[in-house]
Amino acid sequence: MAMHQIEKSYDNLQVVVPPADVAQSAVSVRNVSKGYGNVEALRDLSLEFPRGQLTSLLGPSGCGKTTLLKIIAGLLKADSGDVEVNGVKVAGPGPDRAFVFQDFALLPWANVMRNVAFGLELRGIAKSEREAIAEKYIKNVGLAGFERSYPHELSGGMRQRVGLARALSVDAQVLLLDEPFSAVDEQNRRKFQEDMLELVQKEKKTFIFVTHSIEEAVYVSDQIAVLLPRPSRVSEVIRPTSFRHKDAANIRRDPEYLDIIDRIWASLRNYVE
Amino acid sequence: MSSLVIWALLWEIIGRMDLTFFIPPLSHVIVTLFDIIGTPAFLKALSETGYAFFGGVVASIVIGIPVGILIGKSRLLDEMILPWVNIFLSAPLTALVPVLMVLFGFGMTSIIITTTLFAIWIIILNTRAGVMQINRSMIEMARSFGAKPLEAFFKIYFWAALPEILGGVRIGVIRAVKGVIIGQLLISIVGFGALFELYSSNFLMTHFWAVLVVLFAMAFSISEVLAYLERRVAYYAAKR
Ligand SMILES: Nc1ncnc2c1ncn2[C@@H]1O[C@H](COP(=O)(O)OP(=O)(O)OP(=O)(O)O)[C@@H](O)[C@H]1O
Ligand SMILES: [Mg+2]
Repeated sequence: MAMHQIEKSYDNLQVVVPPADVAQSAVSVRNVSKGYGNVEALRDLSLEFPRGQLTSLLGPSGCGKTTLLKIIAGLLKADSGDVEVNGVKVAGPGPDRAFVFQDFALLPWANVMRNVAFGLELRGIAKSEREAIAEKYIKNVGLAGFERSYPHELSGGMRQRVGLARALSVDAQVLLLDEPFSAVDEQNRRKFQEDMLELVQKEKKTFIFVTHSIEEAVYVSDQIAVLLPRPSRVSEVIRPTSFRHKDAANIRRDPEYLDIIDRIWASLRNYVE
Repeated sequence: MSSLVIWALLWEIIGRMDLTFFIPPLSHVIVTLFDIIGTPAFLKALSETGYAFFGGVVASIVIGIPVGILIGKSRLLDEMILPWVNIFLSAPLTALVPVLMVLFGFGMTSIIITTTLFAIWIIILNTRAGVMQINRSMIEMARSFGAKPLEAFFKIYFWAALPEILGGVRIGVIRAVKGVIIGQLLISIVGFGALFELYSSNFLMTHFWAVLVVLFAMAFSISEVLAYLERRVAYYAAKR
């Protein structure tokens, strides 16, 4: 039954790729529909997210990327269909998933240390233990020395990294990132994208990454799901093969990289006013 | 602060002009103030009024903040309770005092309830306003990291609404001063209410004003302390 649905969801692929083995999926989204009143945000959407890889959700504004991410997070309920994380049906938020919010969602009255440790605090981890863990991730995202600063004393990009460190420190297997680089200028964005690749390598986690930027999606992803709007559905799933191992400068010049960007742009351009 | 000095000077001048017995010179009031401030009658009044005042304020805060948070969170509760809050906020509460006396007797309980009724509504209303402006994603953040409802209450809602809550408590405290005196005048003649009654019926205006100045000074200090706390959290009021 499940196999059948998976095949069906790959029917309309324009790029022929070897479908990810279902058993290898950390997250499976099956026939999910979701409406807000009479706005149909998602219709019968199915998608597999391979374990240990980064999948981007790419699509025009309002096509339901945040909605899909929140359904996976268990923050929103789907009207129909279901989501499985490691084979277990999602009924609500759980410790196997951590969310990085588009607008950071930091506690303005708490310093960086408490903010990063807040997920652990809610899980009842003792103070000394959670601060030791938070300390490590604060360093990892490059904020060492800012432990006692408050969010209003940080730049947008730094706040974004606090949100990322908070999600990393709860050690969830699946990280859900909603446009995590939206508050960052172009130079920092490139730096973050490189950090991101390193993180995927190091953390061995499943990343689901929402972005508006085609270049960014192709640059950081193992798999790119292009969504088309009204109602949102998966138009294609692309898995770049040849340039993942190359270094930053060479990726951006790689023919496959440029090719994929062109192809995605061609299918999205109709939806850009 | 400097405007207070000007008004004090004006008071002194008018008092010295001997226009009316109602306004004695401020300097006389101050002297009287220091005369009566250590007397047993004054201390007794102070403790009676202070007890009722703090009883009412604590009740208003302990009940008002959770109620405000609840109606700020829940659309249904909001629609049920908000009209009542608005009615009581502007109602002539003094008119309700006789009813309270019938229900709760002529003692301290009625006075504390009167004080609470004066203070609580603005605290509820401000807390509600504070909760309504909390960023949605902050609440989703707490949920996604597994916050239980009570945890969200104390770790998110309360702190996120704190700037508004403190504003509400500050106004509530000022209204509580009014409530406690009205209660003490109408319900049973005790505390400062009794002193006011005693002094004004004997035309001891210097004494009357002295007690009023003490009362004003206390209300002013409490409100300044709260205003100070409000400024301490103002840095995040703009960005939640
Ligand atoms: N709470 C809501 N109530 C009503 N409609 C909503 C709500 N949230 C989203 N929508 C609608 O659902 C659709 C998908 O929204 P969603 O936020 O998931 O889009 P998105 O792809 O994340 O967009 P963006 O790239 O601009 O962030 C939009 O048409 C939006 O108007
Ligand atoms: Mg979005």
